[in-house]
Amino acid sequence: MSKIVEGLKYSESHEWVKVEDGVALVGVSDFAQKEMGDITYVDMPDVDDEVTAGEEFGALESVKAASDLISPVSGKVVAVNEELDEAPEKVNEDAYANWIIKVEMSDPSELDDLMDAEAYKAHIGE
Amino acid sequence: MSENVNPAELQKTCLYDRHVALQAKMSPFAGFMMPIQYDSITVEHNAVRQKVGMFDVSHMGEVFVEGPEAEKFVNWIFTNEIRGFEPGKVLYGMMCYPEGGVVDDLLVYREFAPEHFLLVVNAANIDKDFAWIEEHAKGFDCVVRNESPVWGQIAVQGPEAEKIVVEVLGLEKAAELGFYTFYDTEYQGKRLIVSRTGYTGEDGFELYTSPEGTVDLWDRLIAAGVQPCGLGCRDTLRFEAGLPLYGDELSADISPVMAGLGMFCKYDKDFIGKEALLAQKGGEIARKLVGVEIEDKAIPRAGYPVELEDGTEVGVVTTGYHSISLDKSICFALVDKAYAALDTPLWIRIRKKVFPGKVVKKRFYQTNYKK
Repeated sequence: MSKIVEGLKYSESHEWVKVEDGVALVGVSDFAQKEMGDITYVDMPDVDDEVTAGEEFGALESVKAASDLISPVSGKVVAVNEELDEAPEKVNEDAYANWIIKVEMSDPSELDDLMDAEAYKAHIGE
Repeated sequence: MSENVNPAELQKTCLYDRHVALQAKMSPFAGFMMPIQYDSITVEHNAVRQKVGMFDVSHMGEVFVEGPEAEKFVNWIFTNEIRGFEPGKVLYGMMCYPEGGVVDDLLVYREFAPEHFLLVVNAANIDKDFAWIEEHAKGFDCVVRNESPVWGQIAVQGPEAEKIVVEVLGLEKAAELGFYTFYDTEYQGKRLIVSRTGYTGEDGFELYTSPEGTVDLWDRLIAAGVQPCGLGCRDTLRFEAGLPLYGDELSADISPVMAGLGMFCKYDKDFIGKEALLAQKGGEIARKLVGVEIEDKAIPRAGYPVELEDGTEVGVVTTGYHSISLDKSICFALVDKAYAALDTPLWIRIRKKVFPGKVVKKRFYQTNYKK
């Protein structure tokens, strides 16, 4: 069983969003990290890059494969989690404690298109 | 490695139930439902490099050739030279098309009975290979048999492999084998071939026997604590050791000369593809397979473009990883031959970014074979 945190918003491509002071923290779900296996590299955008909801903003790499990260929201990247450069395995250790990027949202109503914990649970079929 | 196939059409090896019981992550490969990993690829990879691990390789194909002209026939379809090669020895090489492309890469075992050979071929190519072998055997006084379904195979690999096969399985003669040699024995009344070969860059053995015997051997190895290893680390291990995978580094379009495997082609004999390969050896090739190392942790994957500094595309990645044993991002790439020399600077495009690197030797990892 994968861990799902209440209060977060989830995308079909297994990213989560948590809004803190109007800024969206974006990470991947526990289900996604389990599917990937040992994460060896997190490819992140640069600060000030624009991201668009539904479009790729980076990738998670395991030994075996690369998996695109799809932004659940649109806006400007205001921070990237530099700890993951040196320790990408943190995403495996706790997918919810380790955000990947912070986005200043240009259209917060996009959050309404995402799933809540219950809907996401149904989505992954657990 | 995963393929889009109808699950109902997938074959299962004799060890399928064991993999499921071990909760392996299963995936289609070469028409079989195969274990990709049991624990993690890294754990399994390191077990083979540092201690010992075992693989279900029962999906591989076994084709037997025998008859008065068996040697003559095998030497005609095989790039390497089998004349003068003694019983109990194993030889690596390819079967090629007349144009020089590769039908398959394979091992040829010279059996102890005169004019008997075993050809071990890739699972994905069994049907194609057997059709090729049968077709070309016409006109030679020999018979060919595809016995793939009635053989299981386990590869026990790693520095402690000898200790395990001797002490756990009681195969004492295994300790006397040199690399690329084998002996025959019996297991539960069926033939058991103990072969000091592998696909990991480490010392190790490949054990061929009946499906029932294979399951029994597997259970004894599991009971002894040997790490089961999936196809995930089989690929990372063979890649680090500079070994090609058919479909990635060898194919109908990638000849042994292009792949840098010309040493397995012997031109003082006749074989299918010889003329084309000789011409390629003389310079008639457009591309060559090289190793490339990049200065970043980003990972080059199959299909990513290889470029020059100005963005000109000069090749493509065939296999790439962040190497577990070397902690470097490295790949095999097929590049225009003008850029194949060691230390040539090359750039690899990974999604939106381009990473600088250089051509390095393809044997990334120092192999530890038994002498």
